Amino acid sequence: MQKNKNRNIIITALIVLIIAVAAFFGIKSTNNNSSNNANENSVSAIKKRGTLRVAVFGDLPPYGWVDDHGNRVGYDVHLARQMAKDMGVKVKFTQVNANNRVDTLNSNKADIVLANFTETPERKQVVDFAKPYMKVSVGVISPKSAPITSAQQLKGKNLIVNKGTTAENYFTKKGGVDLLKFDSKTQQFNAFKNKRAAALADDNSYLYAWVKKNPNYTVGIKNIGPNQFIAPAVKQGNKSLLNWTNKEITRLANRKFFTDDYNKELKPYFGKEVRPSDIVLN
Amino acid sequence: MAHSAINVFFAGNNFSRILQGLWTSVWIAGASLIIGLILGTLLGILRTLPNKIIRFILRLYLEFFRIVPTIVLLFLFYYILPRTFHINWPASWMAVLAFSLWVAAEFGDIVRGALESVPLVQKESGLALGLSRVQLLRYVLLPQAVQLELPATINLATRVIKTTSLLMMISIMDVVAIGQQIIEANNQKYPTAVFWIYGLIFFLYFIIDYPLSKWSKQLAAKQNR
Repeated sequence: MQKNKNRNIIITALIVLIIAVAAFFGIKSTNNNSSNNANENSVSAIKKRGTLRVAVFGDLPPYGWVDDHGNRVGYDVHLARQMAKDMGVKVKFTQVNANNRVDTLNSNKADIVLANFTETPERKQVVDFAKPYMKVSVGVISPKSAPITSAQQLKGKNLIVNKGTTAENYFTKKGGVDLLKFDSKTQQFNAFKNKRAAALADDNSYLYAWVKKNPNYTVGIKNIGPNQFIAPAVKQGNKSLLNWTNKEITRLANRKFFTDDYNKELKPYFGKEVRPSDIVLN
Repeated sequence: MAHSAINVFFAGNNFSRILQGLWTSVWIAGASLIIGLILGTLLGILRTLPNKIIRFILRLYLEFFRIVPTIVLLFLFYYILPRTFHINWPASWMAVLAFSLWVAAEFGDIVRGALESVPLVQKESGLALGLSRVQLLRYVLLPQAVQLELPATINLATRVIKTTSLLMMISIMDVVAIGQQIIEANNQKYPTAVFWIYGLIFFLYFIIDYPLSKWSKQLAAKQNR
C-alpha cells in the first residue's frame, strides 16, 4: 500500500515536472525565434566567424557522400564549397539525415541546409527556402516483361514506395493503388526484385540510375505528378543569408555552374538517358 | 564478387577512418563514465541520508533518466538546449553531458544499493570506535561497497559503450556513422560490403565489450565464494 502511494506521488510529480519543462521550453522558444537568433547566422556574422556551416548528407551518393579517402563529395557538397568560396569563408560540414534537417537549422547547428531538401508546403512553414537549384519528379519502374506505362495500369496493383518520399506522398493522396512502404532504398529495391509488387515509384533520377544497372527493368512512367524543387534552406527569418543565397544561385546559374556540377557529380550515376536539363535549373 | 567486397576495407583510408570513428565512440563513453561514476557516487551517498526531500528529488532524477530513452535525451541536449538556453557546445560535449547524467543516475542507484547492503554490524562497529560520519564512509562503508557494486558497474559500462551507436543521430561521426558512409559510397561497386562493414563493427564492439563482461563474471564468481 505504502509503496503504491509513493509510486503514485512520484509519477504525479514527474508529469507535473515534464509539463512544466515543456511549457517553459515552449514559451522560451517563441521568444527566441522573433528576436536575436537570426543575427547569429547572418551573412556578416558568418564572414566574421570565417566559416559557413553547411548541413549535408553523408550517405546519399551522388548528392552528398564521403569517398574512400574521407573527403566529402557530391552535387550538394560541390555547391556548398562554391558558395563558401564566393562568400570568402571556409566551409564546415555537419552531417544530417533526412529527419533532422529542420532541427539542425532551428537549433543553430548549421547556417544552411544543402541536403537534397525538397520544397513542400509543410516544410515551408518551418524553414525558409531560397531559389531552387534542382528539380525532381516521380517516376515508375516495372519489369520489361510486364511494363507499366500509364497510371491507369496501376489501379488495384501493388506499388512499392520509400517512406517519406515525394512518391509516397503523391500516391497516398491519389489513391487507387496498394502501397507497400519501405524504410530504405536498399529494402525497396530488394522487395521489388523479389516480385512483391508490379511496380516501384521513386524520384525519377534514382530510377534512371537503377535501371542502368538492372537492364531487365524499365522506367515505364518517366514523369507523374507535379515537378518538385530542391532548394537551399535557411533558418526561418534569416533574411540576410536568404537574400545572399538567392543572388548566389542566380549568379551560379548564369555561369552554368549547375550544368558543370551535373556533369562532374551526377552524370556518372545517371547515364545517357538523363540530360542535365531534366535535373538542373539554369 | 562476394569475396572481393572485403577490398572495401583497404580502399583509400577506410580502415583508419573506421578506427577513428571507434575512437570517437570510446572517448565519449570513457569521459562519460569517469564523470558519471564520480557524480553517481556522490548521488548514491546522498540517497542514503535520512533527509526525505533530498531522497525524493534524487529519486525523481533517477526515474527521469531511467524512463526517458537515451535517444530522446540526446535529442533534448543537442536540439532543445541550444535553442532555449543558447548553450551551443560541440555535439560531442553535449553527448558527454547527456551520457554523464544518465550514468550518474544509474550508478547512484547502484551505490545506494551497495551502501545499504553493507552489514549493519560494520556501521555500528565503526560508530562504536568513534569514527565520524565522513570517516565511517571513507574507511568502512565505501571500500566494502566498491566490492559489491563492481559487477553492476561493469555491466553499466558495457551498456554505455553499446549505446554510443546512437551518437550518429546527433551528427557525431562515430563508428556506425562512418560505417554507413563507407557502405553507401561503395554500394554500386560492392553491394555486399554492408555485411563486411557491419561485421567489422560488430567485431570491434565485441572486442571492447567482451573483456569487460568476462571481468564482471569473474568478480561475481569471486563474491559468491
